[in-house]
Amino acid sequence: MQKLILRNKNSITVISGILIAIGFISHWTVGNMDIFTWSLIIASILGLAPIAIQAYQALRVKVVSIDVLVTIAVLGAFLIQNFEESAIVTFLFLFGAFLEQRTLNKTRSAIKELTEMAPESALKQMENGEFEEVEVDDVDVGDILLVKTGAKVPVDGTVLTGEGSINEASITGESIPVQKEKGSNVFAGTILDNGTIQIVADRVGEDTTFGKIIELVEEAQDSKSEAERFIDRFSKYYTPAVLVISFIVWLFSQDVELAITILVLGCPGALVIGVPVSNVAGIGNGARHGVLLKGSEVISDFSRLDTMVFDKTGTLTVGNPSVAEKEYYGDNVNQVLGYLASVERESDHPLAKAVLEEIGEITFFIVEDTEVVKGGGIVASVNGHRIAVGNVALMDRENVKLNEKAKADVARFEKNGNSLVLTSVDGELKVLMGVRDQIRPRVREDLQKLKRLGVKNLVMLSGDNQGTVDVVSHELGLTEAHGNMLPEDKSAYIKKLIEEKGQIVAFVGDGVNDSPSLALAHIGIAMGSGTDVAIETSDVVLMNSDFSRLPHALGLTKATASNMKQNIFIAVGVVLVLLASVLFSEWMNMSIGMLVHEGSILVVILNGMRLLRYKQR
Amino acid sequence: MKAATIQLETLTCPSCMQKIEGALKSLDGIDKDTAKVSFNTSKVKLDFDEDKISIEEIESAITKLGYDVLKSKVK
Repeated sequence: MQKLILRNKNSITVISGILIAIGFISHWTVGNMDIFTWSLIIASILGLAPIAIQAYQALRVKVVSIDVLVTIAVLGAFLIQNFEESAIVTFLFLFGAFLEQRTLNKTRSAIKELTEMAPESALKQMENGEFEEVEVDDVDVGDILLVKTGAKVPVDGTVLTGEGSINEASITGESIPVQKEKGSNVFAGTILDNGTIQIVADRVGEDTTFGKIIELVEEAQDSKSEAERFIDRFSKYYTPAVLVISFIVWLFSQDVELAITILVLGCPGALVIGVPVSNVAGIGNGARHGVLLKGSEVISDFSRLDTMVFDKTGTLTVGNPSVAEKEYYGDNVNQVLGYLASVERESDHPLAKAVLEEIGEITFFIVEDTEVVKGGGIVASVNGHRIAVGNVALMDRENVKLNEKAKADVARFEKNGNSLVLTSVDGELKVLMGVRDQIRPRVREDLQKLKRLGVKNLVMLSGDNQGTVDVVSHELGLTEAHGNMLPEDKSAYIKKLIEEKGQIVAFVGDGVNDSPSLALAHIGIAMGSGTDVAIETSDVVLMNSDFSRLPHALGLTKATASNMKQNIFIAVGVVLVLLASVLFSEWMNMSIGMLVHEGSILVVILNGMRLLRYKQR
Repeated sequence: MKAATIQLETLTCPSCMQKIEGALKSLDGIDKDTAKVSFNTSKVKLDFDEDKISIEEIESAITKLGYDVLKSKVK
């Protein structure tokens, strides 16, 4: 019976509304008081049934819920035979709950869209070699899967055969298709626009990048800021307190109507719902735009940001440097280049890649006794020669003397914004290469937007030489730029900003290097490309490494934080106005109180929903 | 112990959350520390002992409170 009543709550609301309408129409048109009274009595009983059941269930688990307040209020109105109030209050409460559910569903739609992108089935190769459709939960690592045009990639995997273009918007927020062929990595939740591929499953289910994104977005929604935790604690005591106050009012005034009006007015709905609604809508908007915001605390810190610190390579620059200038000293250039290429082959540093690309095809030598010098370069033994490849500091360490021409070349290369790669053979400088990276397109405009959004300092920290850093900084209009910095120098700099200057600091990096800085800053922002490290270690992830999402992320957190404040203001304001009017005015009664109360809940939900449409201009 | 994730219809008030959590914690076979209801995602997450209680019984405890279970996942 209980179940039947609760399941038909919406039908009960409609019938109760119709009965109230019949009652009032008969009262106003033919003046029939019997129909008026009886239809309101039936509407009250019908409407109260689901509310009372919920109140009873709440009390059984020792929760004094809003249903308990409304049930007592309606029973009170019924006892003093104010059927008009009892019917209208129950109807408005039920109708309000229905509208709340509808609008909350919409607010949560952004997250729902994301989770619905999760693949449900896969074409798996069985023992007989045939492909059969199975549930995605039945796919294990190592299984071979077939993906046809228009289908979702069910797992994170590697392409075995075939080729096609894939829309990776669910992972990166970028809808331009990416061409995939044998050996390419593919991600779960992305869609094969055209082509047919066979893939081997590398990660399945919740271990996939997409699975982790969904988990993080869901966790982010549940994470609570200090303000929310306070409201939660507050509401736990607030509802019983309203009950006690109303009882005291009745005890002293003996006015049942006043006491139950206070019960209705005291419902804390808008206050409790206001902040989570803004939070969900803000995080949902971010998820849709390739910005992963990990929770309400992050939103609060991010919105109050003073300083944004950037790593250079891969963040402000494209991270694909190439050799722009070079100088050779002495003979045997080809042999020296062979030594250089052989040593650089040992490294996966972006500068090494640029050097190898520049040298092209060459004969490689066997490299022995490789030593990586942190923040300097590499020293190794090739063909019995001591080869050092790295920056000026490494040459100092190796006691390589630079002649006047070399010194002038170094100064010129630095001034032109190059990163330097020097090569010495047995303590003698042989090659100087200047490597330059392209600044990401439109970064300058995006940095200006960040300034307009209130970021006071834009700082670049880089391991590169000061000359390169100055050129980039000048081009981008940064507030400060520091070169020659090791990862520990960067984190020390951030620590200083936080501890000595009391600033709220965000660090923007590529998520792989500089993890100490990402962790130390109030907000670690990773230019992600959907990598695991980036997703896990930072507070904010820009999914497709698109710099333009940064102003969107900052603008969104500011809008979300201010939306939360507006909602708290509306909720508290409404309760204060209602309480003042019950004490100092004639017009307030239970029905109006319930109408305003439900109205305020809808206002805070609708206000939160505005965030779903937020766009940074 | 098995871990369950139960997706419910939209919860409209935080007290719905407290009610469901309270009801689940009173059931035998559910790890009380793990039983959590998320208001924002309308999801229930809990660990339970399969020998003492089934996922159907857990679902039924929730539907008895008047909330629809959309889907459940047990791992």
